[in-house]
Amino acid sequence: MIHFLFGELGYNALPFYSAIATVAASVVVLGAVVVVGSITWLRGWRALWSEWLTSVDHKRIGIMYVVVSFVMLARAVIEACVMRSQQAVAYDSPGFIPPEHFAQLFTTHGTIMIFFMAMPFLIGIYNFAMPLQLGARDVSFPVMNSISLGLTSAGAVLMMISLCLGKFSTGGWTGYPPYTELSFSPGVGVDYWIWALTLSSLGNTMTGINFAVTIYKKRAPGMTLFRMPLFCWTALCISILMIFAMPPLTVATLMLAMDRYLDMHFFTNALGGNMMNYVNMFWLFGHPEVYILILPAFGVYSETIATFSNKRLYGYTSLVWATVSIAVLSFTVWLHHFFTMGQDGSVNAVFGIATMLIAIPTGVKVYDWLLTMFRGRIRLSVPMLYASAFMILFVVGGATGVMLANPGFDYQVHNTLFLVAHFHNMLIPGLLFGMLSAYHYWFPKAFGFRLNEVWGRIIFACWTGGFLLAFMPLYIVGALGMPRRSQEFFEAVYQPYMYVALAGAALVFCALASMAIQLWTSIRNRDSLRVFAGDPWNGRTLEWSIAAPPPEYNFARIPKVDSVDAFYQAKQQRTAWRAPDEYFDIPLPANSPVGFLCCVSGGAFGFALTWHIWWAVVVSALVFFGSIVLRSFNRDTMRIVPSGEVQETEENWLLALSETPPVANEAMFTTANRGLVREPV
Amino acid sequence: MSADPRRERRQELHGYIAGLCLALILSAIPFAAVMTGALPRAGIVWTIAIAALCQVMVHFRLFLHIDLSRSHRDDLQLILFSLLIVVLMVGGTLWVLGNQRAMMG
Repeated sequence: MIHFLFGELGYNALPFYSAIATVAASVVVLGAVVVVGSITWLRGWRALWSEWLTSVDHKRIGIMYVVVSFVMLARAVIEACVMRSQQAVAYDSPGFIPPEHFAQLFTTHGTIMIFFMAMPFLIGIYNFAMPLQLGARDVSFPVMNSISLGLTSAGAVLMMISLCLGKFSTGGWTGYPPYTELSFSPGVGVDYWIWALTLSSLGNTMTGINFAVTIYKKRAPGMTLFRMPLFCWTALCISILMIFAMPPLTVATLMLAMDRYLDMHFFTNALGGNMMNYVNMFWLFGHPEVYILILPAFGVYSETIATFSNKRLYGYTSLVWATVSIAVLSFTVWLHHFFTMGQDGSVNAVFGIATMLIAIPTGVKVYDWLLTMFRGRIRLSVPMLYASAFMILFVVGGATGVMLANPGFDYQVHNTLFLVAHFHNMLIPGLLFGMLSAYHYWFPKAFGFRLNEVWGRIIFACWTGGFLLAFMPLYIVGALGMPRRSQEFFEAVYQPYMYVALAGAALVFCALASMAIQLWTSIRNRDSLRVFAGDPWNGRTLEWSIAAPPPEYNFARIPKVDSVDAFYQAKQQRTAWRAPDEYFDIPLPANSPVGFLCCVSGGAFGFALTWHIWWAVVVSALVFFGSIVLRSFNRDTMRIVPSGEVQETEENWLLALSETPPVANEAMFTTANRGLVREPV
Repeated sequence: MSADPRRERRQELHGYIAGLCLALILSAIPFAAVMTGALPRAGIVWTIAIAALCQVMVHFRLFLHIDLSRSHRDDLQLILFSLLIVVLMVGGTLWVLGNQRAMMG
């Protein structure tokens, strides 16, 4: 009976096997208790439910995505610091973390950073900014958007639960079989990994469909594809990548699940299994995924560099074609992740050359950005600092990438810290810096007040310094031959570099802490940072033409577009911020609890499968599909914002706008900036 | 209801019925080829492949209403792109795994 009720779940699942695990689990439980407690104390449950959890507004969904990603970022950065500390003391000594626990750490760190930090961060930013840039009122499928968020969050929750109940996978973020098969990894860890990934990859596939349809169908009149802001172009490319690249991952993890649950033999050693096909399928997803992660940052930099150089983006068309060709080429290079798996030299050569080709469109982009800055009126805002650091560091990372694209070189350094240094060098400047600059850039639009500038610069310094200290030494020890994922090492020569890397990790931790402080002080001083007028950076694209924070309907009147940088042109011609002649009722999608139900039932489904609680599997699956089927019978899915309310909101804002003194370009970062900037002459 | 939408509806219905019949015929041919064994093995494989391709065309044309007209150009481009990606993924997988198999043999 107990087995029926709880499956494999028992007392021994509790994290009392090591002190570190106990502390980590307590932090998670304590964090959850504090969050629940403070929501109750602030009497926020009703507002949370009606304004956030059931909301299908793309702006709110975007913000929730970013919140998920920040929580997961905190966990994964702390894990990175723990791993760096272990390696700093691991010369000829077992250190303080046993090998199995160390393996869990690098597995969760990688899984979280890719699937639960990077993906939610970029999807959140797109969700918020892309419809505004397109001049749309929402994405094409708002409820599906909330279901995607639900599935991603369910995966993230599963990751957090794995810290408290049972042990996570030790198979690395890629989870290669046969090690992750039942015979070598009999515990629940791999199952946690499979279901967390499956849930999030389903959510991401749906997001891809949603974004692509939005871009094809919901652009403002006059906005042809070649008049879209470059950020939207990258959105289009990554949504198409997501549509085609996520299914191989879902299929590969589900096949692995079938091996483990149904005794099949897709990837086993015996009975005709072929584990190389798993690696092949994983990277059929994995390489396009790299560009899903990096193209958004390219999009953000294209926006921020143009805005803060006060110049039109140089070479718009070439940037578009570079983006598109990177997207297509990303499907032709997946084999470079397993050069050493045993195919012959000519296969490796083809994929090596294809890999090197990607450096060409990327180089085009870097030159375009440099030429955008050339003779521009550059303002060194926080996003601009990130963009400049990115251009230098990304070129270094790209150069090591071209080195690794040579199969001969790759044979030497594969599975060493050189590779670890390389991909962190791509992903930190090429994803995280981009997303952080997007966070600083669009935060005032989302919440109506700017983030604290000084702390923004401190965060930037900590991230860049921390990144350099943490990863440049890894290039050296990697070239010297230190294997990645080592819990202990025996070469004295690696040791000093490990100390430097630890110092870098400490700085990165400071960056994380500074982000919390920045958010705190900015919220406390929000009145002096307000930018209600809505255009604090002298923006160029449509999202800056409305109030900050934007009204729920975004645009009282859908704008007409006849060039790139439509809003900037309107400001030049003094046609911006015109009150509409007439106000109309605006239909908006009504709130729906389906996304939240899918989150809870999807999470329960994954958890029940992990622990073999079969009755809960059936119940949660029924709730999941039932809520979607029931939703389809609901015909009352729209809500009308009456024209009177629209008029009142807009007139209030236009009045405030007319009373806002425009600030000089140089004073943009002072409290004088109330959301309107004078055009420099 | 005026005459025009009714005629349009009838045309649409005709299209769907034609599609259904063609789909059934194109499914019946490979089944027949396998079950009767009237063709040599290579012939059967080619019959199935060609019938499958025609089946895809029928679905696109009659059910998804994709044609070469200007208004459907976006859809057509997406389909061609999908085709490219599928060819890359399936072809690449066959090439890579086949090569590894040969190296192990």
